[in-house]
Amino acid sequence: MATNVLQLPEEEYILPGTRSCSGCGLALAYRHILKALGQKTILTIPASCLTVLHGLYPSTSVKLSNINTAFATTAASASGIVAALKALGKTDFTVVGVAGDGGTYDIGIQALSAAAERNTDFIYICYDNEGYMNTGTQRSSATPMGAFTTTTPTTKLEHKKDMLAIMEAHGIPYIASASAAYPLDLYDKVKKAKTIRGTRFILVNVPCSPGWGFPTRDVVKLGKLAIDTAMCVLHEVEDGVFRLTGRSRAMARSSKKKPVADYLKMQGRFRHIDAEHIDLLQEWLDQRWTRYVARHQLCEGGAEASKAGE
Amino acid sequence: MGMVKILNGSEAAATGARLCRVQVVAAYPITPQSKIPETLAKYVETGQMQAEFIRVESEHSALTVCISASTVGARAFTATAANGLAYMHEQLHWAAGARLPIVLALANRGLGAPWTIFNDMQDSISQRDTGWMQVYCRDNQEILDSIIMAYRIAEQIHVPMMVCFDGFVLSHTSMPVEIPEQSEVDRYLPPYEPHIPIHGSEPINVNPVMLAEPRANAQGELCPSYMGFRLRLQEALQDAGETILTAAEEFYQVFGRDYRHFVWEYRNDDAEIVLLTMGSLANEAALAVDILRDRGCRAAVVALRLFRPFPAEELRRALENAKHVVVFDKNVSYGLEGATCTETKAALFDGGLHPVVTNYIVGLGGKNVDVADLTEATLQAVQGKNRSDGPIWLGVAV
Ligand SMILES: Cc1ncc(C[n+]2csc(CCOP(=O)(O)OP(=O)(O)O)c2C)c(N)n1
Repeated sequence: MATNVLQLPEEEYILPGTRSCSGCGLALAYRHILKALGQKTILTIPASCLTVLHGLYPSTSVKLSNINTAFATTAASASGIVAALKALGKTDFTVVGVAGDGGTYDIGIQALSAAAERNTDFIYICYDNEGYMNTGTQRSSATPMGAFTTTTPTTKLEHKKDMLAIMEAHGIPYIASASAAYPLDLYDKVKKAKTIRGTRFILVNVPCSPGWGFPTRDVVKLGKLAIDTAMCVLHEVEDGVFRLTGRSRAMARSSKKKPVADYLKMQGRFRHIDAEHIDLLQEWLDQRWTRYVARHQLCEGGAEASKAGE
Repeated sequence: MGMVKILNGSEAAATGARLCRVQVVAAYPITPQSKIPETLAKYVETGQMQAEFIRVESEHSALTVCISASTVGARAFTATAANGLAYMHEQLHWAAGARLPIVLALANRGLGAPWTIFNDMQDSISQRDTGWMQVYCRDNQEILDSIIMAYRIAEQIHVPMMVCFDGFVLSHTSMPVEIPEQSEVDRYLPPYEPHIPIHGSEPINVNPVMLAEPRANAQGELCPSYMGFRLRLQEALQDAGETILTAAEEFYQVFGRDYRHFVWEYRNDDAEIVLLTMGSLANEAALAVDILRDRGCRAAVVALRLFRPFPAEELRRALENAKHVVVFDKNVSYGLEGATCTETKAALFDGGLHPVVTNYIVGLGGKNVDVADLTEATLQAVQGKNRSDGPIWLGVAV
């Protein structure tokens, strides 16, 4: 059963007065992630906006234990925490690494891949704001094609790396994508991940007002539009079974998808994209969406077929 | 009393870690260190050791695993060499900055490029400013014993320690090593108590971002600035001497082996000529001293056992009467000279001592340093034949 807003725990793990920017998509997502994780959690976070959100020594805005770690090391740090807890016989902690797209797709991928290969018992959450935002909006391999960043001043020409496919190839027990704009869906996915053992990977789309160039009040609107245009696709892969979830599943059923141009025009970062690249991006999204829908139907159909056979 | 076994240096290091009841091991193979993680993996898989062994994908991750494990409260161990240590560089700073008592066994090896697998000390010397303590061992017994003492010291002052020994020369050479009884080691080394335990009910944020000025916490108490943290690390190393000596004294009481000095001295009662070095080279230097003594030279060896913190005072005492100090360095700070030489000169200067100091760079990338070379080089230095502005590279024709 999907959680509704009345059922969310009242306990807040992020105190007022974080150091995040106003209208921060990450702050919104993180609030719900932490509600799902609860008190018996040890976090580890690398250099990123999240380090800043946590606040400056000697105060912190987050009420869960956190081990800050170097940029490349999120998954290795989590591996150390998991190993130590095991060695010390402490069994009741959930170990969670939370890193940005830069810390995941780029510098941290080696340690993440290795930890996943070892099926280390932890949850890895990558919040994807599609750039190195903490250092001032540089390109990452999660930056979409056509976006301006300070290191792609005439727009990025390459498509976003498919991190979810990479993680899926590791054969880990749980993978999901979620969005700050759908916090309850995110909450449920983290909750579910908590019940599974082994490496779990969740990718969370978090719109970034200063980095993407949109008014802070539009953070949720833009997050939803990312899904409506399939820039972000909500799904889960549980023990190899793929399914679209939430709004993305509804879109697959209704066959409705908005043109990416609707999404691009709301953001300053796409102001230099030309018609040709909009077409290329649209084509890329359409193909990816078709593949997702096909996989979804295959698995859903398969599940229904096996039910019919019972 | 323990029993004597024939062990190579890597096995001695692994045995030391096992006897310390290390709880988390993470290491990545690199010649000439590989035998250390291999031996530990065997101990863990055959139940001779209760530890989590994480087979990481890189040295950067190996040390990270140790850092986080140590933060949570486990005794953590890793081992590496050369490029592996260089690859840990960022995390070496992190471990010391976070004040974690990790012990790292280092089989010293030259750094690429060009590649070499053989011994020199460029790797650890390059990391001397990371805030780790560094000891250098002369033989395999000392490797094992140093690891046991390293945890004692590191856990008392919350500073990580590197136990360095010459790759191949020691790591691959077998010699008799007395292995202490587990019960004796347990007596000597109590379980690790982390200084900031993590439990869910009182959350803490470890190693957050901080500013240059001290700031008040929620209780209104002023907390240190970044520089304040750095100063505390400096003080911990500066004041480590007593802890190190006490650890050695108690080690002597329990195990009977004597490490109650920061430098190892050989025939240094009336010496005018001192061969100064580190690590296994001290053994060859001792043979050279015997020859020099036979020829009527009042020569001695002073070998640094401890390099960080630098034992300036003890070194000055050991060099008090020396007229010539001949420093043999297996490393070079490019553009200057060997690091041991620079630091020795600084210690002498601070003590107002003015012997003639000659620096030889020797043995890089496994270049053999034999006793005759050391003898001859010392004589030349003493006779003033080898004056030069920079260090003299011994035995490099091309
Ligand atoms: C080894 C290393 N290189 C570079 C940096 C500088 N740095 C800190 S955060 C960051 C970008 C982080 O980007 P991302 O992971 O996407 O998180 P975000 O800032 O967007 O939250 C960079 C490049 C660093 N801390 N360490």
